[in-house]
Amino acid sequence: MLEVKEVSVAYGVIEALRNISFTVGKGEIVALIGANGAGKTTTLRTISGLLRAKKGQIFYKGQDITRLPPYKIVELGLTQVPEGRRVFSRMTVLENLEMGGYVLRSRSELKAGLERVFERFPRLAERKYQLAGTLSGGEQQMLAMGRALMSRPELLLLDEPSMGLAPLLVREVFSIIQEINKAGTTILLVEQNAHMALSIAHRAYVLQTGEITLEGPASELAQKPEVRRAYLGE
Amino acid sequence: MLLQQIINGLTLGATYALIALGYTMVYGIIQLINFAHGDIYMIGAFIGVAAVAIFHQNFFLTLATAMLACVILGVTIERVAYRPLRRAPRLNLLITTIGVSIFLETFMTVLKGPQPTGFPTVLKNVTLRVGELEFSSIQLVILLVSLVLMVGLQIIIKYTKIGKAMRAASEDYDTASLMGININRVISFTFAIGSALAAAGGVLVGIYFNSVSPYMGVTAGLKAFVAAVLGGIGNIPGAMLGGLLLGLAEVFGVAAGFSTYKDAIAFTLLIIILLVRPTGLLGRPIQRKV
Repeated sequence: MLEVKEVSVAYGVIEALRNISFTVGKGEIVALIGANGAGKTTTLRTISGLLRAKKGQIFYKGQDITRLPPYKIVELGLTQVPEGRRVFSRMTVLENLEMGGYVLRSRSELKAGLERVFERFPRLAERKYQLAGTLSGGEQQMLAMGRALMSRPELLLLDEPSMGLAPLLVREVFSIIQEINKAGTTILLVEQNAHMALSIAHRAYVLQTGEITLEGPASELAQKPEVRRAYLGE
Repeated sequence: MLLQQIINGLTLGATYALIALGYTMVYGIIQLINFAHGDIYMIGAFIGVAAVAIFHQNFFLTLATAMLACVILGVTIERVAYRPLRRAPRLNLLITTIGVSIFLETFMTVLKGPQPTGFPTVLKNVTLRVGELEFSSIQLVILLVSLVLMVGLQIIIKYTKIGKAMRAASEDYDTASLMGININRVISFTFAIGSALAAAGGVLVGIYFNSVSPYMGVTAGLKAFVAAVLGGIGNIPGAMLGGLLLGLAEVFGVAAGFSTYKDAIAFTLLIIILLVRPTGLLGRPIQRKV
């Protein structure tokens, strides 16, 4: 479904990604794990079109999306939940969700989208008219995910969904990610919390200072001594 | 007498507010002070003058024509001069706006000469009296038109899809584009609305002072900029409030006998605001993203 081919990205003269290649198949949950500064967020921002690859290509459903602007990529069904949630804090919960459904063509699609999201996240329905900035961290993460689901993505990119959340909430968020996947959405997950990521992913890639150093089924990677030492705290 | 001055102040302030809105909306989204904005106001006034002749003194058609023409002008300027520099350093863009400003002023000077010309009669100027109060029908029209435009703007910003996209983009540019919002379209729309309001201001002021000149946008633009900063740059209700307060301050300053210093009042206010409350009256404290 997604194919990243020998992509390099640089901030000025500093290379953030060097020749990385990976794929995400339809229906999968793929995790991209790695330490802080390894280039995980850069990878997602490049896929979404916020950053331009210096070299290499990105294909989504067979189409070259390397040079498309972000909004066109969303229209194709590839949506991202950015790092740190980034809800529009001065807008209401409802308005945030409407922004998530910006690419929807009709009012009825928007209404159906809202119903779907409210069904999955009943807390958001209760807080419809509240400013998003007044929500708790966990609620903001739900809103960020609900907002991304509004556009009915086929591929959802999640950047550090566990960031800054209490352990109990982290577990909740990850079980929701699994549910979303079961309902038919393919997922590319970027995480520092390798333990949680590997526990729900089908396959995973390890990113180290801008290069992919390991890849394989998540359960196998979780057994590798170098992964256990570096990312699982053993 | 006090009420009289308040009406005069609000009339003047409403025109500042109309221009200030364009500064603040553009700044809110791309953090750019568009120094050519005052000149859009000037061009709006000139188009108003031309339109009066075409439409046989119909005020609303004159106003609408000036607004529409400036929408096209504002959007074109952004497209041709500013958009190619979107990823360039901020300063380059700022200097470009000054360049566009000089271009528009010089263009109109070549076309119409540097001397101010009068605004052809388009509204009957009747003096209305309510008790001790005395104001002109033109003042009333300025206040009403400004009110309608500002309420209209609020409705667009609050309830329409593109208005909500503007708010989203002004809060978080990158995340807004991750929602599938075409940011370029939002920016064009912002320039369109800002330019329409400035053109309306130009026509109203042209009628009010019966004078239009290629350099009328310089002082008015700077003062409207002060109004936007006064209210909190990037904040839409702030620009309205800042404009009205500035108008009141000037009128009361003149009434208090400082007419020689009329234009200095705005900049004194600016200095005080920057010292006491750098983010403006309704501005939010600056948040540094790490």
